[in-house]
Amino acid sequence: MNALMCMHELVLEGQTGGRPRTIVDRLSISIAPGESLALVGESGSGKSLTALAIMGLLPEPSVTVGGGSIRFQEADLLAMAPRERRRITGREIAMVFQEPMTSLNPVMRAGDQIVEMIRAHEKVGRRAAIARATELLAAVRMPDPAARLRAWPHQLSGGQRQRVMIAIALACRPKLLIADEPTTALDVTVQAQILALLGELQREMNMAMLFITHDLGVVTNVADRVAVMYSGRIVESGPVRGIFRMPSHPYTRGLLGCIPGRARPGEELVAIPGQLPTPGETLAPCRFAPRCPRADERCRSVPPPEALITERHVAHCHHPGDGGR
Amino acid sequence: MSSGRATLETPLLEVDGVTVSYRLPSQRMFHLPRAFRAVDRVSLAVARGESLGLVGETGCGKSSLARAVYGLAPIAGGAVRFDGVDLAAAAGAERRAIRRGMQMIFQDPGGSLNPRMRVEALVAEPLEIHGVGNRGTRRDRVVEVLEAMGLAAGDGTRHPHELSGGQRQRVAIARAIVLEPTLVLADEPTSALDVSLQAQILNLIAALRRDMGLALLFVSHDLDVVGHLCDRIAVMYLGRIVESGPAAEVLASPGHPYTRDLVASSPVPDPDRPIRSAAATGDPPDPAAPPAGCRYHPRCVHATDICASESPAFTRIGADRLVACHHAERVMGGKSGPPHA
Repeated sequence: MNALMCMHELVLEGQTGGRPRTIVDRLSISIAPGESLALVGESGSGKSLTALAIMGLLPEPSVTVGGGSIRFQEADLLAMAPRERRRITGREIAMVFQEPMTSLNPVMRAGDQIVEMIRAHEKVGRRAAIARATELLAAVRMPDPAARLRAWPHQLSGGQRQRVMIAIALACRPKLLIADEPTTALDVTVQAQILALLGELQREMNMAMLFITHDLGVVTNVADRVAVMYSGRIVESGPVRGIFRMPSHPYTRGLLGCIPGRARPGEELVAIPGQLPTPGETLAPCRFAPRCPRADERCRSVPPPEALITERHVAHCHHPGDGGR
Repeated sequence: MSSGRATLETPLLEVDGVTVSYRLPSQRMFHLPRAFRAVDRVSLAVARGESLGLVGETGCGKSSLARAVYGLAPIAGGAVRFDGVDLAAAAGAERRAIRRGMQMIFQDPGGSLNPRMRVEALVAEPLEIHGVGNRGTRRDRVVEVLEAMGLAAGDGTRHPHELSGGQRQRVAIARAIVLEPTLVLADEPTSALDVSLQAQILNLIAALRRDMGLALLFVSHDLDVVGHLCDRIAVMYLGRIVESGPAAEVLASPGHPYTRDLVASSPVPDPDRPIRSAAATGDPPDPAAPPAGCRYHPRCVHATDICASESPAFTRIGADRLVACHHAERVMGGKSGPPHA
């Protein structure tokens, strides 16, 4: 195995009203060094909790790991002592969150937050750390980096705050960057800049990226591979081009059909009927069966098999690919 | 009857040089509060049965404009006319008629529905306020509208918190259309929804437009959504309209550099059409202190000296497109063709 990170059958359990329920169900993904994987799904699919599980930031005890392993460079993160794990997360695996306003400390200057990160993981003096912080702000294309070191978060625009967050994440040159909807709170013109920045940094530093998003338009701009999640499971995964050219799971096809830009103006969108499953709802072996136009008795009784579409493109479905789009 | 009565040519909604101004708290003690023009002398019109998409990024004033039309934001200058009647001058029965003909849908149905009322009471409320029918006919109308919204029969007796986000937005739409208005103002009605639910709501709005002949002022930051739903489009930047025209034409060959950058930055779910990140440089400026001249000039690759000093007037392009740019012809003619053709 030459994977940088390999998640094997991860189970996450939530406690609602004292009853445990499965939020993420035997999820397996792997990321090679320098590779960019997009994890796509709607609200409640479990995509953000998966990221938090890698970072060891699950909101325990309301969500706990129920099984599986997360190997990073061969070592199992879940089996490690907390001390040991902290040496990896933050340093070798770093994370950028959606809301830069709530994830930055509002009463600490931007520069100090970068310095704090550097000195938490490396034995360097304050002066050297400040010099590094300035370099990092320049690397994330912050205008006038030396002056911005002294800025408070509220004095920065949304895009600039996200640049500070990225600088903090990159402070220790991580091998894997987890980005959880990093541009969702930004306007499209600023989003375009941040996406380009992440792509450039990733190439320069040969860093792998796990990019979590609900936006299929963003996926094509950041990822090499895509995994589509629905209700705690991966329903389809494969190279970006394969997924967008030959979407094979009815849910993926539905998601693409929903996008107004892909339909002709005035044409009815191919909406997915029904609602997203509510927490605690009893689910069919194929979680998507209740909303699926192709569902039959088998989908409601037998777990869906892994259907191989191409060499690296897999759909978990009894009826993959048929019906076209 | 007022003098400005509607003729066939009168647009259903006419926004004429409207300014919306807010007061910001003073930055220092003893300093005067600053005025902030969220909308700066904006004019637009919506014809009967037409759908106009108002697009722009955070802080451009698009929501303020829609709220001003609906009477929820203070109008500091200009006039809004509905069916030829000036809103500010209308009183009594005339005002009630305008209210009935114009309804609004908000972004967050969780915040716009009274949590203590049941769905059927929420939808019946507009009928009661306008004294439509009696208790029996109102009940029938509510059932009819809820069904048209695709809500289940049992949903009428539920409270908003028992519904999903998509269902709540259906209730909000039911409230808006129960009086059979001629114009609906929609402020980002699908932004809070997941894509699969957004598609359902967009289909619903499109069907209502078709069946009821509704005119629509649709406020959104999403070019895809507006291009799909709207006949015409108006693009706002920092309180001003920079470009307007038929949606398909504007999106296919934008005339204003801002529209061009907006289109180029919008992600398209197609691996062969990457976004062009270099489009707009820098961050949007503080809307409370907009740059002089053309407000887009600090971020614009086409900007010259005149852009920094003089505010551009509208240039007419083709039959019914307007572009507020000093270099509109150069922008449209010179640089590469339509990005998404």
